[in-house]
Amino acid sequence: MASTKKIQELKKRREEVLKGGGEKAIQKQVAMGKMTARERIVKLLDEGSFNEYDLFVEHEARDFGMDQKKLHGDGVITGTGSIGGRPVCIFAQDFTVAGGSLGFMHARKITKIMDHSLKMRMPLIGINDSGGARIQEGVNSLAGYGEIFFRNTLASGVIPQISVILGPCAGGAVYSPALTDFVFVVENISKMFITGPEVIKTVLGEDISMEDLGGAKVHSEITGNAHFFSETEDECFEQIKSLLGYLPWSNTDIPPRKEVQTPLEKYDISKMVPAEQKQPYDVRNVIRAVTDGSDFFEIQERWAANMIIGFGIMNGRTVGFVANQPLVLAGVLDVDSSCKAARFIRYCDAFNIPIVTFVDLPGYLPGVDQEHAGVIRHGAKVLYAYSEATVPKLTVILRKAYGGGYIAMNSRHLRADFVLAWPDAEVAVMGPEGAANIIFRKEIAAAADPDKVRKQKVQEYKEKFANPYVAAAKGYIDSVIEPLETRKALLHALEVSGEKSVGMPAKKHGIPPF
Amino acid sequence: MSKPAKSTKKTPAQDPPLEELEIGSAIYLTRLTTKFNNRKSWQRPDERMVQAVIPGTIHKIMVKEGAEVNLGTPLLILEAMKMRNKVLSPVQGVIRKIHVAEGEKVRKERLLLEIK
Repeated sequence: MASTKKIQELKKRREEVLKGGGEKAIQKQVAMGKMTARERIVKLLDEGSFNEYDLFVEHEARDFGMDQKKLHGDGVITGTGSIGGRPVCIFAQDFTVAGGSLGFMHARKITKIMDHSLKMRMPLIGINDSGGARIQEGVNSLAGYGEIFFRNTLASGVIPQISVILGPCAGGAVYSPALTDFVFVVENISKMFITGPEVIKTVLGEDISMEDLGGAKVHSEITGNAHFFSETEDECFEQIKSLLGYLPWSNTDIPPRKEVQTPLEKYDISKMVPAEQKQPYDVRNVIRAVTDGSDFFEIQERWAANMIIGFGIMNGRTVGFVANQPLVLAGVLDVDSSCKAARFIRYCDAFNIPIVTFVDLPGYLPGVDQEHAGVIRHGAKVLYAYSEATVPKLTVILRKAYGGGYIAMNSRHLRADFVLAWPDAEVAVMGPEGAANIIFRKEIAAAADPDKVRKQKVQEYKEKFANPYVAAAKGYIDSVIEPLETRKALLHALEVSGEKSVGMPAKKHGIPPF
Repeated sequence: MSKPAKSTKKTPAQDPPLEELEIGSAIYLTRLTTKFNNRKSWQRPDERMVQAVIPGTIHKIMVKEGAEVNLGTPLLILEAMKMRNKVLSPVQGVIRKIHVAEGEKVRKERLLLEIK
């Protein structure tokens, strides 16, 4: 049994390390509007569940006077705990200790907890708040980053990995979050960039603030690097807890089953979608009209808003939703929306979450900027992701599904399991206006009243092709349903695909158009 | 085209107005994004308008206005990423105008000089 004296010593040592960077540094952290690393862990985890690892780790740097410096915990707090009663691994960089700079032992603490999360099959949550590499430790610090990136990659698709940016995350450090599944940012606190404002000023003479260069808004609206935006750290932690509620703990686990609920009555699916193809509506309401309790947890709400992605619950189980959003850019596919959808589809597939796709799109966004930005290779990601996915894949064509967009949005041809269509669906190689202009070009040009003839021809084409029955006659659509039958049809489809089993040809891995 | 209604002060967060977007000869009513509205219109590149291919600093200008240049004549040295890059004339001609001075920092795509 440990002597009282030894226990006293342990307590003293603990107390010392728990001070972090000390009173002054903590005051500075608070003045920046930030919580301390320890406060963040306490707020995020279930009460009293945190179990710290490596409290007494010390750095081994000897140069530049580092041998005289004691850095508590080496600037990072790591451990395990639980969220909603389920175990998680967590690390939080402590900005009060040497600016949260990443040295060799700091990285080693992180990689240790990463190894643990992968081995024990539980999510990894990383809270980033660091000035960057600890320059005094030279290449050892770079080695640390490399070891972290490598583990992020190994764990990808095995356990959920979540990055929370609660301070600076600059230079090489940004690549760990970029390799993880979901990135959370908070207004005025998160800052992510490869080269900071100072370098940009020196090299280019351009003056830009950290917030304008790589703040929370920038990454959730322009770059798409972040998935969740919030105004406060507290709100951010609530978002993380909500997200985890939809996820399985690993690729061999299933998400927690929730109580089955019916959609709220105010979401009347029969009145949601205007019959006129050119009128907009908010497709998120269609999702809410089919989910349990009309719940929809949207991801990347502010970026590429012409494509909607997120989780909902159907019959108590997590479902991933992908939907064209006619309210924004008419719901077209473009570079950003393709990247957004493709990555989410792969996420769902990796974690055995069925995918429901709502289709209503006029095609791809025309423009030199899109072509030159590589819409071919980015658009290909959607085809790849849907084709490769082996989870249950259900499609509902709400209105239009034209051309390449029809194929891309989880068509039968990419091995969709069930394709349903509403009576207003128009499955065709292009919209009636464009098709009539091409097929009847000569007749329209030769007519005494070209506009009148064009209108007639558009109508003719509409009656012949702009409906779901041509595709249904070929079996490309399994069933044409009334809007009111949608939830029932989807629940049935999910029910019968519970034991879905399909193979892929043996290969090391495919070569997706990254 | 629906013009955005005059915002009343009671509603702080105004939804963006619906606008027209033409795709495949059909006109859709929808919201446009900032990124979409900020698209640059494409222009055919003119090789006689010599632009900076990389941001940096003009280290040295090696020609004067009115000078005759051949294909491959060094025009100036652009220092970028700690490297001094010789910018060579892409055409034969006469220097019409020089738009930068030595020591000047230039952005990517900044017009450096014109050749006629």
